[in-house]
Amino acid sequence: MTIDALGAILLIPAVSAALLAILPGYLLTAKLNVVAALATFLTSLSLFVIEPTSGQYLLLDDLNKVFIVLTTFVGFTTSVFSASYIHHEIETGRLTPAFLRFYHAMYQTLMFAMNLALVANNIGLMWVAVEVATLTTVLMVGIYRTHEALEAAWKYFILGSVGIALALFGTILVYMAARPAVGEGLDGMVWTVLVRHAAAFDPALLNVAFVFLLLGYGTKVGLAPLHAWLPDAHAEGPTPISAVLSGLLLNVALYALLRFKMMLAVNAAAIAPGPLMVTMGLISVIFAALMLYRRRDIKRMFAYSSIEHMGIIVFAFGMGGSLANFAGLLHMTMHSLTKSAIFFAVGHIAQVKGTQKIADIGGLTVTNPVLGWGLMLGVMAIVGLPPLGIFMSEFLVVSSTFTRAPWLTAILVLGIIIALGGLFLRVGVVMFGAPKGKSAPAEASYVPMFTHLALVAMAGIYLPPVLVTGFTNVAKLLG
Amino acid sequence: MSSLQFDIAHLLAGSLVLASFMLLYQDRLYALLNVYALHATVLALSVAWQAYIQAAPHLYVTALIALVFKAIIIPVALHRIIRRLGIHREIENVIGVGLTMMAGIGLVALSMVVMLRVTPGADALAREDLAFALSVVLLGLLIMVTRRNAVSQVVGFMSLENGLVLAATGAKGMPLVVEISVAFSVLIAFIVIGIFLFRIRERFDSVDVQALDRFRGERR
Repeated sequence: MTIDALGAILLIPAVSAALLAILPGYLLTAKLNVVAALATFLTSLSLFVIEPTSGQYLLLDDLNKVFIVLTTFVGFTTSVFSASYIHHEIETGRLTPAFLRFYHAMYQTLMFAMNLALVANNIGLMWVAVEVATLTTVLMVGIYRTHEALEAAWKYFILGSVGIALALFGTILVYMAARPAVGEGLDGMVWTVLVRHAAAFDPALLNVAFVFLLLGYGTKVGLAPLHAWLPDAHAEGPTPISAVLSGLLLNVALYALLRFKMMLAVNAAAIAPGPLMVTMGLISVIFAALMLYRRRDIKRMFAYSSIEHMGIIVFAFGMGGSLANFAGLLHMTMHSLTKSAIFFAVGHIAQVKGTQKIADIGGLTVTNPVLGWGLMLGVMAIVGLPPLGIFMSEFLVVSSTFTRAPWLTAILVLGIIIALGGLFLRVGVVMFGAPKGKSAPAEASYVPMFTHLALVAMAGIYLPPVLVTGFTNVAKLLG
Repeated sequence: MSSLQFDIAHLLAGSLVLASFMLLYQDRLYALLNVYALHATVLALSVAWQAYIQAAPHLYVTALIALVFKAIIIPVALHRIIRRLGIHREIENVIGVGLTMMAGIGLVALSMVVMLRVTPGADALAREDLAFALSVVLLGLLIMVTRRNAVSQVVGFMSLENGLVLAATGAKGMPLVVEISVAFSVLIAFIVIGIFLFRIRERFDSVDVQALDRFRGERR
């Protein structure tokens, strides 16, 4: 059997995870981590040139191509950021070299698990991949071994496991629904086969299955009543992990949900998943926006902002239709890029100041101008100021909903504006208040942060036609 | 399939729900772990029976994992952790036992109504199995939310997971069942190690007398 690009994006992280677990010396392993992530990213780009054939286990279509390229790209830039971040953590003694070996191996395992979840053509395999991704991030969230970090990891673990368990129950129900139409055995879990036959499935069983899948994978997306693990996990883990969690892992869980949504769309008698997703999305937006005001920890604050944006994205996909789907995809991409850039900045800021408390950080534009303005730019992007990319995608979400459901639009816009106020209120003090804390110059890796921000800024003004046609195709696919 | 085969499968799945109820009202940690061992044994019997009547030999592996890992190794390991760390032997409930049992009965009724209504097309064995499995899953969730103690929350999660294995084995011919039960076993092993680390940490912290006072103040 020859190994094509789909196999390679799984194999590269898997092999490098094994290598990183053995090799000593953090300077070497940090570099190797970057090289492996770059190789995976380049391989994922080759998917545009040569399309590997999909089989019973692996699948490539327009939908997961978008997710794969985004995941491997942010995975690569985060590994570059991680190298300089980790260097500082070693110097200050927060992490020991032994932990680092483990950290790098886990980083590549996480990349492997996320890629596997994205390319899996088997709903059981996809489930296992999401579980592996959860386990690796649990281990990384708890890596500092402080009381808070362990508690956050524990909470994430229990809630994540319950979510994963509910998703498995939903998966079993999908298999049960498919069995009369598809027959027993492997075919009943192959996604392409399921979609082809979904019209013949029992709609009632499919409905119940979707509720479980929405609750299960929704926990991992961080939707409002099920979000409790997210702020703690983001705040207590190492910052590269916060960036990967926010920018990528939430997307992967969302991707799983979208696959099942596509399956339901084929079956005319099943419930429309839209209203459920719209409701959960709106609740997340409003809830997160209100919670932003009282945050004292800067990473926790941006974690709530992630809940808000996942809410907007789920809302857009829930509304459906080609324009809203397009907007949802664009928003997801922009959010991944912006949020990881913000975490890059926040990570270095927390290192320079030696604290994550908002009250102890002040006057960043004076003490660390490059980092400060970088963060400011990121925040301006994330709250949706024009002409940056998120403004564009939020505008598309709002305008595509406006004719169909003006009231929902009003609620959504209200949430966005409340969040804007909350973020600016806090960030304003951090940026322009009296300088506080240490003001040592940062040894930061500015390149990943400004690359992301430049991409976001460019997307606000000009979207390349390739991207537009790609996203339009996916939006049609999503129905 | 003869009606005797069906009846035995029904009996075993029903016993699993009963064992879940027994978990629900235990108020001592050791007793809770013993009942959990019973829960896992019933699961192993049920899975083995399904393997026999479906003529699916790979399910015997799942049954064996349930028996060795969940019914013996995990309860013994948790027993040792509790003894060595001297964790409180009594379990604090968030709400009273009577109310919890009522809620449990309500959840079982709910899962019966939901599953039997949505699966008229499926064969009778799988239907009953799914309904019982959902009851076990929901009862596991109930145990997790009504208990404050971390160990009993984990027991709740493990019983929930037993319900999922029951559902997966009941779905005839479902692939990856063995793999999924292995994946879950790894998850549970992690949980147990997690308790161990977490609890040690908590003990070191509570050596500080002031922390102990604050702890008491919160509880009383």
